[in-house]
Parts: sequence; C-alpha cells; structure tokens
Amino acid sequence: MSNWSEVRLDYTRTILPPKKYFLPPQETLFRYEPGQGYVPFREGLNQHIVLFGLHACDIYALNILDRVFAGKYPDPYYQARRKNILIIGIDCIPDEHCFCRSMRADFADKGFDLFFYDIGDYYLTFIGTSRGDDMVQAGSALFEPVSAADVEEYKLRSARKRGSFQIDVDIRDLPEIFELQYQSGIWDAFGEKCLCCGTCSMVCPTCYCFDVRDEVEFGSGSGTRTRHWDSCLFASHAEVAGGENFRKTRAARIKYRFYHKQRGFVAEYGRPSCVGCGRCLSACPVGIDIVQAIRQLQGVQHASV
Amino acid sequence: MPQSDVQHEPAIAAVPAWDPLLAANPYLPHMARIVRIYRMVKDNWVFTIRFLDDHRACAFHHRPGQFVMLSLPGTGEAPISISSSPSRPGVLELCIRRVGRVTDALYRMNTNDLVGVRGPYGNGFPVESIRGHDLLLVAGGLGMAPLRSLLWYAIDHRDEFNRIILMCGAKTPRDMLFHDELVSLVDRSDVTCLLTVDSDPTGVWRNHIGLLPKLFDHATIDPARTYATVCGPPVVYRFILQRLLAIHFPKDRILMSLERRMKCGVGKCAHCSVGYKTTCLDGPIFTYWDAINLPEMI
Repeated sequence: MSNWSEVRLDYTRTILPPKKYFLPPQETLFRYEPGQGYVPFREGLNQHIVLFGLHACDIYALNILDRVFAGKYPDPYYQARRKNILIIGIDCIPDEHCFCRSMRADFADKGFDLFFYDIGDYYLTFIGTSRGDDMVQAGSALFEPVSAADVEEYKLRSARKRGSFQIDVDIRDLPEIFELQYQSGIWDAFGEKCLCCGTCSMVCPTCYCFDVRDEVEFGSGSGTRTRHWDSCLFASHAEVAGGENFRKTRAARIKYRFYHKQRGFVAEYGRPSCVGCGRCLSACPVGIDIVQAIRQLQGVQHASV
Repeated sequence: MPQSDVQHEPAIAAVPAWDPLLAANPYLPHMARIVRIYRMVKDNWVFTIRFLDDHRACAFHHRPGQFVMLSLPGTGEAPISISSSPSRPGVLELCIRRVGRVTDALYRMNTNDLVGVRGPYGNGFPVESIRGHDLLLVAGGLGMAPLRSLLWYAIDHRDEFNRIILMCGAKTPRDMLFHDELVSLVDRSDVTCLLTVDSDPTGVWRNHIGLLPKLFDHATIDPARTYATVCGPPVVYRFILQRLLAIHFPKDRILMSLERRMKCGVGKCAHCSVGYKTTCLDGPIFTYWDAINLPEMI
C-alpha cells in the first residue's frame, strides 16, 4: 500500500489476527554459542510499530493474551513487543460471521492507545493511554472537544450496531454445558469432520500454543532455539516422550480445543478466550462452526436469530 | 587548555541497565556441568549436575516433587523431575530414563560436559500440609524418581513427620531404582521400608517377593492421619488406588505426580494442559480428587 486512499477502514476482518506482531509465527528466543551458553535474541523486540485500525475484538484478544503472557512468569519477548507497539483502534460493522457481542468483546475499554468511533464527519476518539494523549497533543490541530451532539450521535450509532448482529449465542451456561456434555457423541461427529489441519488455531486471535525447536549450525557448534505457532489439533500436541499420546483421536483433540476456549479458560481467567471474531468459522475448510457447535451442545437448534 | 567546570557523571553510570531478557527471562537456561554419571539401571541413569555459577548453585531452592527443564545445546529441552532432596543442596541429581531424542543425546555425554538448566518449576509436594502426618510413599517401576526427593526430605526433617512408610516394587532387584540406598533403609528403625520384586534371578534378595499391593499386608495404614504419594505406571495407580479407597483413604490426600511433555515449563505453551490445568504450573503433583475431576488426566 502506497497511498492513503487505498486504505480500507471498513474492512471486516484480516485473515491473520494481530497476534502475529506480538507472538510471531516463528521467533528466535536464543542463540547458543559454545563458551557463552544461551544468549537471548533481541532482533525486532525494540522495533516501534503503529497498528492502525484494529477492531475491538482483536484488541480484546490482545488483552486476553496479556494475561497469559504475564502471570507468575512474565514472557519478556511478548512484553517488549507489547510495550513498543502502539495501537489505534477503529469501530466496525458486524458481518454474518461476527459474534463478538455474544462473547462480550464488542467493546474494548483498554489495551489501545487511541480508539476511533465513526460519528459521521468526525471520529469520536477514546484516549486509552498517556502515550495516546501525547499523540493527541502532538496533533492537536486535528482534534476538537467532544460536544453533546457528538455523544448523541455516538449513542445512536452504537445502538444501530447493536441491532445489526446476525449471530446471537447465549454463553452464560456454557461452562456447565461443556462439563455435562463431555462424554457426548457430538464430539465424535466433530472428530469425523475435522481434518485437524490447525487453520482455526492459526487464525485465532487468542490461540497462543507454541512449540520450541532447536536448530544447530553444522560445524560451528552454535545454534538457535526458536518457538513456532502450534495447534492442539495436531496429532503430536499431547504426545509425551516414549510415544504415549493423551489425545490420540481427532475427536479428542477438537473437543479439547473447544473445551479449553469455552470452559477451561473461564476457570483459569474468568471468561472464555473466544472473542467472537468469526475467523475460525470463515476459515475452516470443512465448515465447522463454533456457534453451531455451541447451539448443538446447548440443544438449541434454531439456525440464526 | 582550561579545565572544564562540568563534572563528569560519577562511576555509578556504569551499572548495567535492568535487562528483563537476562534477569527475568523464564526461558533462559543456565549452564551447568555434569559432575557424575551413575549408571544405576539400564536406561535409567542418575546425572549429578552443578551450575557453573556458584551463586546460582547455592541459591537454587526447590520443593520435593518439582522439576527442571534440561537443555542439550543443539538438541532440545525436556522436563526432568528432581530426584535429590532440597535438604541436600549444591548439586541436582536427575534420574533420567532414556526415552526420547533429548535423553538419547544425554546418554552420549560425559562427565564435565555442559548442559542448560532452568527451573525449578511446578507445585511440588505440599510438604507444609503433610507435616505432622504419617507419610506413605508407594513407588512402582520408575516411580521412585520423583518420590526420592520427598523421601529424603522427610528423612532429613525426621521430627516433622510421624511415621514414614515406603513401599517400592520392581521387576527384579537389578531393575529397582536407587536399589542400594533403599536396601540400606530397611534396617532403619525410624522408617518402614518395604521392598518387593516380582522375581529374583540374583538369589540374594532378602526382601519381599510378590506384587506391590501385597505390601499393604505388612503395614498398618491409618487413613485418618496419613498422606499417600503414589507414582508408577498406570497399573500401579489402578491397584494401589483400589487398596487405598478400600480403607476409605481421603481422595484429596492421595498425591500423584503426572508426566506430560512440557515445552515451556511456565504455563505458556499449553502442551501440558489437562482439562483446564497446566501440569507445569498447577502440577505435576495432583491429588486423586483433582485427577477424577479433570478429563484425560491418567
């Protein structure tokens, strides 16, 4: 893209989520040098980037990743990237795959520096951070104070957006339903259909599984340790040394994926890790649809609202 | 040339900046030396290692039941439970089964070779809760590797525990992990050490012959004041749990150590997830009550 006029601010969703800037598909963690041991690899960590036009669901997803990569053992690679990447969010109109509202991720109250809401002739701007405020100060010629009419327009558009979701799914009883349906034959049917290709994990904004690999440079004795995006749908995911595999079947693996997103994460972090961005259902080559799956588990069969 | 009045910054400016990639990097292995290789049992050797940095060697504190991530430069990393007790600091003893790519490469190494180590990770045994109770340790096959740390911790803090009862079984005396030191415990009056083998081709075995659960006939267990730790192959869990539940042993006082293939050890990579717990953070020690409530656990 070379021209501002080529920018599509009304895009629906990117193929890959913004997690790739914070947890790259392949990332070098260390170089190993004989005599020096493991030396942390820093390239790219201090690069300053602006991500412009992120949707609320994707920002919400980053807030979820923030919790995973913090905790008792903060991940310094993720943290460095998160610190150095500036985020400007923009509001959006849901399409037929969006269910962020059902997942309560249609509005991000944090995790961005600035957030723009289209109110016609202007953008209503939420300032999320001190750094965001600096940007507004630096470009003060572009901004003016919010008027009462602006707020009314915002409310109007917000209500219109609320009414334009085509998918509505009730997730309140999901943890119990998953618990009770754990032995259900539904999973075998999904296992029959699922190719375990891992596409849904790659396009998911909150899937964070990774594999760690060592590569050696022949002759020198030095090498690298890298991490790579992984998927719990891959056959080797739950394999242990000696060949024992705790999730041998495709049914077991797809069940685990849904269970971890919609049930396991609730126990661990208080909410599902799904933000309803719609990527997995639009990317799945065999048409597995998490929304349909949830409705099937709940025993609610009406197709759409 | 006149001297400038401007004072230069004092030498404190030379203090290196805080660097989370070095100082707080949970993935960073620290180099350690293999100081001893004890070829204990075929494909089950004990590697004694010590950090190159003496400060690190002294500052390393672990709880019985915790594990480390062991790195072999150029080969990879594997989770290994710590077999030595924190009451015997300075070195780490790792009882390592030759079972995969990393351990294969380790078996080709020699003393004085370098490995990378990070940790300790995992919850470890709840020694504070076990304190003041009887402690029953049941190990079958290779189960002694993670239990040995707790065994020696309890012996070294003997006054904190009531009875210590160890039941250990192996196919033959030559297959018994830590055979020599376990046999030396049999004569101790403050430890009930019951050892059994399925058969004895050596002809010099002076302990029990028979299956592991049979040892329960030789010890009285008081379910009201005992913590049980069980480790071994699935068949051991099946029969030992049967015995324990038959005497109404509380499910949340039966502790087991789980094996999964951790890639990060710090709760990020999700390879060791069971249900909604990660073995590396919430485990590897789980109670039997956890186990029946989490799918895919055993």
